[in-house]
Amino acid sequence: MTTAAFDDIPGTYVFTADRAIEGRHLNRFCMSLMSAVNRCRFKADERAYLDEWSMSEAQKQAVMKRDFKALLELGGNIFFVLKIAAVDGRPTQSVAASFAGQSSEEYAAMMRSGGRNPVGIRSISGRF
Amino acid sequence: MARITAGIGSSHVPAIGAALDGGRTAHPDWAPIFAGYEWTRRWVAEQKPDVVILVYNDHASAFSLDIVPTFALGCADSFAPADEGWGPRRVPVVQGHSKLAWHIATSVVLDEFDLTIMNEMNVDHGLTVPLSLVLGQPTEWPVKVIPLAVNVIQYPTPTANRCFRLGEAIARAVKSYPEDLNVQVWGTGGMSHQLSGERAGLINREWDTKFLDQLTSDPEALRTMSHEEYVREAGSEGMELIMWLTMRGAIGPRIRELYRFYHVPASNTAVGNVVFTPEP
Repeated sequence: MTTAAFDDIPGTYVFTADRAIEGRHLNRFCMSLMSAVNRCRFKADERAYLDEWSMSEAQKQAVMKRDFKALLELGGNIFFVLKIAAVDGRPTQSVAASFAGQSSEEYAAMMRSGGRNPVGIRSISGRF
Repeated sequence: MARITAGIGSSHVPAIGAALDGGRTAHPDWAPIFAGYEWTRRWVAEQKPDVVILVYNDHASAFSLDIVPTFALGCADSFAPADEGWGPRRVPVVQGHSKLAWHIATSVVLDEFDLTIMNEMNVDHGLTVPLSLVLGQPTEWPVKVIPLAVNVIQYPTPTANRCFRLGEAIARAVKSYPEDLNVQVWGTGGMSHQLSGERAGLINREWDTKFLDQLTSDPEALRTMSHEEYVREAGSEGMELIMWLTMRGAIGPRIRELYRFYHVPASNTAVGNVVFTPEP
């Protein structure tokens, strides 16, 4: 299954084989943060810790900038990159809000009033 | 003989577990959800199932991307709550049912469903949050649990139809188990939600309602639905709903819907709960 099969759905990352190949080492790095020892080492010197993994420079920069959109574009899987947010003590909802360019408060208010309306953001080709 | 006596569908939102563990059940964000599960909680307490086969997905806790089993069946005696980055949830260790689990593994593999046998596995919120929602906060879980972890994170995920047919195969396996056991099958995850991308926060109430209607009356429509349609309509993480079809497949063609609850939101997610019993 290629990424193209899902390209008609706007604003959505599906973790396909293509993305898994590109993100292999990025996601391995993220999983390493499950260990408290590794979290300490990462926090002490992010660059040095990242250099232990065969990640691209763009992936390392995206980690250091906490650019979650870029991390997904570079093959990160959402459940793995969220481990970086966990290191910072940052809630999932704050990361979700950042993808849509919303503040946490705006996003939480949107969710309380029923969530993001799906009308018009389901199919690019079908315009519905 | 072992009998499948009920099927339950439930969301497994991690924030619900955090609200429960943090004593925030009366907070206006969470109170409607716990109230919505009250009927199911009372009903299951009366039914006293011996074993729950709990279909769920792991969220980068027990499984990294080094090994990605499409279906993994927990055959161990017990399963510890996983540390998801904030320390393990302070809920009881989940007790398994090795003999029934191995019987199911043997039966479904010979039935040509090639699942992975797990003799060691931690379980994350995908499994423990539905237990908390339906069983409350006991010091020991009052039921044995056979975890069935489904890959819905790394594509290709199994088709909805494959999930349904695995449920049918599990039903055949349970029916051929000689001990008299009251078995329930729970399908978890969903409902519509998306955690990433510009569509983050997507909720599709209309589609979710139709999904629940069709789960009861026309599962055929849901079995044949493509991955693209699940993601398009229910969001990237709405794909979890294919796990409800394993439950639906396991309880047989004729069923009765006893209870339904739907609520938006729990954090980023639409919450659903249904209770079905098989009809003769």
